Amino acid sequence: MLHLSLVVASTRPTWPDILVFAASAAVIVVGALGVVTSRHPVHAALSLVMTLFGVAVLFIEQDADFLAAVQIIVYAGAIVVLFLFVIMFLGVDRREDVEVEPLGGQRPLAFVMLAITLAGVIAMLATAHWVTGAHQVVGPIQGPITKSAGAPSGEVAQLGKQLFTTYLFAFEATAALLVIAVVGAVVLARRPGLSEKADRAEQAERAERSGQGVAS
Amino acid sequence: MIGTVFTSLQNTPNQGLGDPLFVHGVHWGVLLIVVVKVLAAFVALLVATAMMIWFERKVISDMQSRIGPNRAGPWGLLQTLADGTKLVFKEDLLPEEADTFTFKLAPYLSVIPAFITFAVVPVGGIITLGSHTFELQVADPPIGILLVLAMSGIAVYGVMLAGWSSGSKYPLLGSVRASAQVISYEAALGMTVVTVVLVSHSLSTRAIVAAQSNGFWHWNLIRLGFLPFIFFMIAITAELTRPPFDLTEADSELVGGFHTEYSSIRFGMFYLAEFMNTITMSAVVVTLFFGGPNGLIPPIPGATIYMPLIWFFLKTVAFCFIYVWFRAALPRLRYDQLMDLGWKRLIPLTLAWLLVVAAVVIWHWQGLIMVPVVVAAAVLLVRATRLGAHRSEQESVLPAVGRRVTPAPRPRPTQGVDA
Repeated sequence: MLHLSLVVASTRPTWPDILVFAASAAVIVVGALGVVTSRHPVHAALSLVMTLFGVAVLFIEQDADFLAAVQIIVYAGAIVVLFLFVIMFLGVDRREDVEVEPLGGQRPLAFVMLAITLAGVIAMLATAHWVTGAHQVVGPIQGPITKSAGAPSGEVAQLGKQLFTTYLFAFEATAALLVIAVVGAVVLARRPGLSEKADRAEQAERAERSGQGVAS
Repeated sequence: MIGTVFTSLQNTPNQGLGDPLFVHGVHWGVLLIVVVKVLAAFVALLVATAMMIWFERKVISDMQSRIGPNRAGPWGLLQTLADGTKLVFKEDLLPEEADTFTFKLAPYLSVIPAFITFAVVPVGGIITLGSHTFELQVADPPIGILLVLAMSGIAVYGVMLAGWSSGSKYPLLGSVRASAQVISYEAALGMTVVTVVLVSHSLSTRAIVAAQSNGFWHWNLIRLGFLPFIFFMIAITAELTRPPFDLTEADSELVGGFHTEYSSIRFGMFYLAEFMNTITMSAVVVTLFFGGPNGLIPPIPGATIYMPLIWFFLKTVAFCFIYVWFRAALPRLRYDQLMDLGWKRLIPLTLAWLLVVAAVVIWHWQGLIMVPVVVAAAVLLVRATRLGAHRSEQESVLPAVGRRVTPAPRPRPTQGVDA
């Protein structure tokens, strides 16, 4: 059954494994290319969703159903929706002017980074095993699998147990960081003590911006 | 027969481990059963949607002392069919400003999640056909209920992209509202689902239903103390963007909201998705809180195989009626009221109830000590909020970050790049 295969996974991929892997790999690669080549921010965001879905399918293929669901709920369902929200709300859905470089010398730098990344990937491919769609054989997450009667078993239980015992510190640290980020965002966003003059200037600016938005 | 099925279901050790259909591997017979299940669910859902549209129009018109559809077929039953046929043959308009690809993609993103969500809803018991034993639901993945959350997260893309790609103001406003609303209520929705999962010990919808068998006193509605059900109803109505939370298509403000620019069958698909989602979410409420296909009383031995199906159908129709009733009775919320309800009331309340339920699951009756703790925390939170709101009226407590510079008046851009 599904969860047993987590423990006793076969190393040899069957043809459905390979088929699923090939299809989702194609989806992921096409989506990733779409993210970087789309001229339009909304299309780029949609390509990102496509990539996320492909990765979710790969998770399911590796029997990590929970991870797949969380991937869809958190990344596709919330984060990219927020991206789109910002893109639509701030009206940055205009084509970028590629002639003007906001950051001097970023093009040669980009080629350098590309070369480094490519070298890294090639080095990795040379030393590691090729991904073929075979099931992961590293085995279950470290720690005993609870099989006592009545206790919830399975992937979610294991994940929860690990998260709140072995990785508790990392978990709490992440939570604290996120809270700090939210508080920081609120502090930055609020504008206390606006003078009347500044307020009026802001209103004028906003009116101008909205006029501009209608024109485009 | 089904009685023994249900009791055996309760004692099964591999709760939430998936469909018994796949125990002996996958071969052509199993594949055939799966295909038949998918097709049956697809057709049933389509027919149910047509009936739902008729039902909603009839009930609403009764509540408003009108007659409603009464021309096509007996009692106007075939009205939806007539409307659908008309929609297919209408001209398909594509706005000049529209982003063509996204405009055409959006209706599908709305309809497909509506279909997929229904796949995890258990509509009946477990039946044996020849050598195959299978569950009366399309799929029983171990993450069952998370699929519902994931699909409701995906469905918002349909609305958002429809509004944005129309290249028009009102649809854009509708879609921006939709995305903010759905994200806001997803948190409350998720936490209510977690309370259900806490007492069911499984994410699988089949296991959640099995944990509620043997009489209505085992239903999550009662086991969780009514409140999560109310939170879930509010949150799911907001997720469905149904009245009173239908700000995305508020016809008095936004013409038709996100689907203003759509016509022909593309509009029909949004319409279909909306009503299908209503049915599906009624079914999900029944699954989570009302025992799904389980009856009010423990199943009688020798009862037919159809009893669970009938119970499920009756309960789902009751919730469909409640949604229509909401629409007839409740005025639409204002946008700030919507956000206040979501963030300031629903999320803290669901979080508090989640803590109480978790404490009771761990410590049984001693866990109720969590109630005063939660109340104390709530009082402190409200006090802090009041204090903060009061302070900011007079003077800022926080130091201003950075110096606010009044921007110099910029020259108006002569022409945008692609304006």
